[in-house]
This record gives sequence, C-alpha cells and structure tokens, in this order.
Amino acid sequence: MTFLPLLKSVFRREMQLAYRRRSDLANPLLFFLIVVVLFPLGVTPDMTKLADMAPGVLWVGALLANLLSLDLLFRSDYEDGSLEQMLLASLPPTSLVLCKVWVHWLVTGLPLTIMAPLLSIMLGLPGNALPLLMLTLALGTLSLSLIGSIGAALTVGLQKGGLLLTLLIMPLFVPVIIFGTGAVQAQVAGLPWQAHLAMLAAMTTGSLALSPLLTVAALRIAVGD
Amino acid sequence: MGAFDSFSAFLAMGDHGVYVWSAYAVGAAVIAFNVITPRLHRQRLISDHKRRMRREQR
Amino acid sequence: MWQAFVRWFHKWSSPKWFYTMSQPWSFWLGWAATLIIASALVWGLMFAPVERLQGNSYRIIFIHVPSAFLSQAIYAAIAVLGLVGLVWKMKLAFFVAKQCIPVGASMALLALVTGAIWGKPTWGTWWEWDARLTSMLVLLLLYFGLWALHNAMERPESGDRAAAILALVGVVNLPIIKFSVEWWNTLHQPATLKFTEAPPMHPSMLIPFLMAIVGFYLASMAWVLMRTRLEILQRERKSRWVEDELNRFAEGQ
Repeated sequence: MTFLPLLKSVFRREMQLAYRRRSDLANPLLFFLIVVVLFPLGVTPDMTKLADMAPGVLWVGALLANLLSLDLLFRSDYEDGSLEQMLLASLPPTSLVLCKVWVHWLVTGLPLTIMAPLLSIMLGLPGNALPLLMLTLALGTLSLSLIGSIGAALTVGLQKGGLLLTLLIMPLFVPVIIFGTGAVQAQVAGLPWQAHLAMLAAMTTGSLALSPLLTVAALRIAVGD
Repeated sequence: MGAFDSFSAFLAMGDHGVYVWSAYAVGAAVIAFNVITPRLHRQRLISDHKRRMRREQR
Repeated sequence: MWQAFVRWFHKWSSPKWFYTMSQPWSFWLGWAATLIIASALVWGLMFAPVERLQGNSYRIIFIHVPSAFLSQAIYAAIAVLGLVGLVWKMKLAFFVAKQCIPVGASMALLALVTGAIWGKPTWGTWWEWDARLTSMLVLLLLYFGLWALHNAMERPESGDRAAAILALVGVVNLPIIKFSVEWWNTLHQPATLKFTEAPPMHPSMLIPFLMAIVGFYLASMAWVLMRTRLEILQRERKSRWVEDELNRFAEGQ
C-alpha cells in the first residue's frame, strides 16, 4: 500500500478504537468540569473575582484533563503488541505518531475546547474573550498533546506510568500555559494579545516539528526491551 | 577582623546574620550530601559484594 | 592528529580505563576545590567590604550564584552526554550523565533556597514569583523527573536512553521556559521589586566571587567523577576486574 491510504486506514483504526472506549473519553471532560467547579467552592463565589481567575482556571483544568488522558495514548497498543508492528511497518513511524496524536487531540483537546465556553459562563468570563479562549485552547491542547506524547512514550513500558508522566511532562507545559492564559488575560484587560497568540502558535508548530521524532525514539526504547 | 570590628559583629552580619548564616548552613548541608552519599553508596556496594561472595561459597 | 584524537576518545570511553585514570583526578580536583572554596568563603564572609545597598546580606551571593551557574551548566552537560551516548552508543557517557543528576539537583536546590533566604531581607518576602526563582524551580523539577525516570525503569540501559531523550527535550525547552517566565513575570509583577542594576563589583568582592564559582565547578567535577566510578562498579559488577576491585575494597575495610 502507498503512503496515504495506509495513513487513512491507521486514522480510521484509531478513531474506531477511540469510539469503542467512549467511557474513557468522557473521563477527561468530566474531570475538567469538576476541577472548574471546585474553584468557586474552594476560593470564592464572588463573580468578579472569579472572572479575573477564569482564564487561568480554565487553562489549568484543560491542561490537567489533557495530562490525565495522555497515559492511555500508547498503552493499549503497547500491551497488545500492535505498537511493535507499527514501528516495523513501511509507514514512517513519525507520521504514525502524528496520526495518533492528532486523534488524541480530536477526542480530548477539541471536546475540551468546545466545553470551555459553557464553563467560562459559570466563571463569569466576559463574553468577548470567548473566541480567543477557544482559539488558544484549541492550539494549546494540540501542543500539550504533542509534547505529552514524548512523556507517554517514555513511560509506556512502566506499570505505574501515570504519576511519573505528570512529573516528567508538567515542567515542559509551563510556556504553553503562560502564553495561553496570557493571551486571554490580556484581551480581558484590553491589552494587545496578538503577541501571546503568536508565541503559542510558534510553540505548537515547533512541537509539531520536533516532538514526533523524540516520541518515536522513546517508543523504540520501550519496544526494544 | 577584615570588614568587621569584632567577632560578634561578624556573627551578627549587621542584622542579617540569620539570613547569611542559614544560607551558608544550607550550603554546608548540600556539600555534606554530595560528600557523604558516594561514601554510603560505596559501602553498600561492598556489603552487597560480600553477601554475593558468601552466597557463592555455599 | 585526528586518529590520535579518536584513539584517545575511545580509551576514555572504556569504563575500566576511565575508572583507573579518574582516580587521581577526583582526588586532586576535590582538594583543589576544598582549598579554593574555603579561601573564597573566608574572604567573602570576613574580608570583603559591606555592600552599600544590601548590607551584609549580599554575602549570600558567594554560594547563591555559583550554585545557580552549576545547576544550569550540569543540566547542559547531561543533555550533551545523553546525545553522545545515544549517537555513539557510549555506555560511559550515560553513566556520567546519570551521576550528574543528583549533583545538579542539589545545586538547583541550593540556589533556590539561598535565593529565597536572600529574598527576605532584600525584597521583604521569602518567595517571589520572580523570573529567575521560577525558572530555577522548573529546572529542579526537570532534575527530579530525570532521576525518577532512571529509578522507574527496570533495565538500567533503557533508563539511560529514556533519560537522555528527556534531557534533550528539557534542554530545548529550557530557553523557552526561561523566556516565557520572564515575559509572564514582567506582566504580573511591579518592577519595584527588581534589583536595581547591580553596580560593577569592587575587586575585593569580585575576586572571592570568581573564586567561589571556580571552586564550585571543580567540586562538582570531583563529585561527578566519584559518583561515576561507583556507578561503573555497580553496572559492570559482572566483569572480572570489578570483582577484583571490590574484593580489594572488602579486604581493606
């Protein structure tokens, strides 16, 4: 088979697998909802104060939800041996990793982005910031999935990889969350936000270029043992 | 004594004694950590080796 | 010339050769470091003049800045060694990289704690989300991540390679993290807490300061060499010469 049909069939397989694990897919979304609900309960129900925090709270919630789902990115493929087959296939493994990450974003990052407006109303975020919030979340969660795939690949062979994954990857998420919340906060405050967005987009494209290579290298270590 | 009039002035560090000396105490602790942990590691290697030797003799 | 270099490189990449040759090195480096650090600190604590703006609290600089330098230099070294190990499949580079982690982490911790202590008399608060403190905290977390990854892997060889990849990711990210934290910091923090531009140091402060930096470099090298030698003994314990060496240790004890 040639490149594109093969990639398409991989994509279809990933989507099918994701569909069969629908309950797993709902978990990050529920987690996002609960984290966001906890903030007013834990900090303050005052809507004006919440509005100040809203971009940060939504971003932290989305980041944690994304992190929670990353552990499953390669796990089932690793356990049933299909990952080994994929790395040996005629397809370049980087394109395969990209395909998997793309599907991961479609089933977590995108739903999180779509859910964000609802939760932002509950936190009293001004309505005019909504489009930018969604745009930064869409771009940012893709970048989180890409960077996170390296961590997921490094910990795939471990029994209790989840917590370790958090420790490994969290420091690398720092710039993403800074530029993501920065853009939204700047817009709410009436400041120019374009530079933040441009930086976030640069991070996403940069991770798009680099992370698949490292993810493949990490997967080879896991499979090689 | 250099920049200080007396030993007690040296210890006081012009009201900043607590900060300076606690910082240096942490510094000493870090140096001690770096000196002592290799020693402990070495001892563990040796005792592991001895145990292995004993097992092999049996 | 080139061939001589390659031969020299191969020699040093053999764990046994490294083990034998590094022994005097760690000894002399350790003593030189002790001497230099001791004289730098005595000079810095007792004889350097009082700083005009900060009073005596500035004397923390003699351990704060060297440890901050070292924590970053060691992280860079880990990444370079990891790359060498991955590209040339050199075991020894991985051993050194692994044993750099605790030394670097302890330096990052020292820089953070002394920074916080210094912050109290200077800024009036222990912790400030200052750009440098924050990025140092991230660096410490990266170190912890590397160490945790080493410990989590069942086979040390895969731990080596996994940690090398993580170190490379981290080293690409560190400048971005630094930049982003600085950017974020200027938005969030009033500039009043920033240090005023440091005046050029008087030689009587500068000399002990530079000596402390050199001393910390030498001490870190000595510690890494010492740790690497033990790592070699542990990882190569099945080979004949290591067994002999351990027997010698056991008898001497």
